Amino acid sequence: MANTKEVRKQIASIKSTQKITSAMEMVAASKIRKTQGEMQLGRPYSEKIKEVISHIATSSSEYSHPFYESRAAKKACFIVVSSDKGLCGGLNINLFKSVIHKAADLNAQGVEPSFALIGVKAASFFKAVGGNVVAKVQKLGDKPDPDMLIGLTKTVLDLHKDKEIDEVYLCSNKFINTMTQQPMVQQLIPLPAIIDDGSTSTHWDYIYEPEAKELLEGLMTRYIESLIYHAVVENNACEQAAKMLAMKNATDNAGDLIKELELLYNNVRQAAITQELSEIVGGAAAV
Amino acid sequence: MSTIKVSIVSSSEEIYSGEGTMVFATGSLGEIGIAPGHTPLLTGLAPGPVRIQNGDEEQTFFCSGGFVEIQPDLVTFLSDRAERADSMDEAEAIKAQEQAEKNMHDQQSTLDYTKAAAQLAEAAARIKTIQKLRKNK
Repeated sequence: MANTKEVRKQIASIKSTQKITSAMEMVAASKIRKTQGEMQLGRPYSEKIKEVISHIATSSSEYSHPFYESRAAKKACFIVVSSDKGLCGGLNINLFKSVIHKAADLNAQGVEPSFALIGVKAASFFKAVGGNVVAKVQKLGDKPDPDMLIGLTKTVLDLHKDKEIDEVYLCSNKFINTMTQQPMVQQLIPLPAIIDDGSTSTHWDYIYEPEAKELLEGLMTRYIESLIYHAVVENNACEQAAKMLAMKNATDNAGDLIKELELLYNNVRQAAITQELSEIVGGAAAV
Repeated sequence: MSTIKVSIVSSSEEIYSGEGTMVFATGSLGEIGIAPGHTPLLTGLAPGPVRIQNGDEEQTFFCSGGFVEIQPDLVTFLSDRAERADSMDEAEAIKAQEQAEKNMHDQQSTLDYTKAAAQLAEAAARIKTIQKLRKNK
């Protein structure tokens, strides 16, 4: 049977771990509010730009942007948004699983996948798994700067322009609530066709100032940038929520373990006392 | 009086959402005035003021470039950065302009030059917006 000193040491070590996890839980809880606020602030922009893009799609434009045209897919690029830090439960790994699943699906159809990675965790995962990585950004921090994403976006869009890539997917976690985050693989290019409900049957077009091509080029780039930025901000909120949950579970588990160990400690102590007593009694009888 | 729905959004927040009887903005090819029932128009935005009139009221905003989409019943400003003009600081803007001018002069490469020129244009537009706003008061 274990001796009391050993058990006491174990309890002390678990207690200090519990202190750390509960501190991390509180940090994550306070960050959630901030990241969630940021996510909501960015929402109007992405909604508005989506509206504008869908208006353009329904107009009979003089210039058809390459993002609308679907070519025979030979190569696809996955933009994977992950967190920089771990200890957030299955958040990243669930996302990677759905990415790999989708990539395997496409591969079966003869489409060659490549990856553009955002976040330290994605970089280390795809380094281990293998795969053609075309671009990566890391360490965006709690307050991601849109400027840091421009390089990655440009690389991917340039590859698309040069016909090195035919399809682009954006993979990130969707924030449903604090308890649930949903991994999502969303098609960016070609832009999913907008369902014509018949209400826009009239033939109309914008006046473009200056040229349609130039303008749409800029607007589309901005659209893709805003989607990626929004995904990063949303993923941040997911990370904090997942971290809070994971740390809460860890703290609870530590509590359970301590309870069990304390029971064991008392058992061991009582056994030792009983043994000592019986030894004394036995000794006295012998004398 | 007929009105048009106006919204100004920047990538980090929504600046304004409401009705207007007349909207003025600085397009990339010059100033544009937008009245309700305007024909669909899509254009770039140059750094400069955006004025929204609603009856007798007028509000001024500052947009530092982006896009504007106009439909007969709605105007959407997709700005890179936008703010309310009355919350802008003139001293700050002048300082930014001086800094931009300095950058222009001791630029190293052409890349820096275009960046500095853009900065300068933005700072100048900012000051103009503030001054215009003051004159109107």
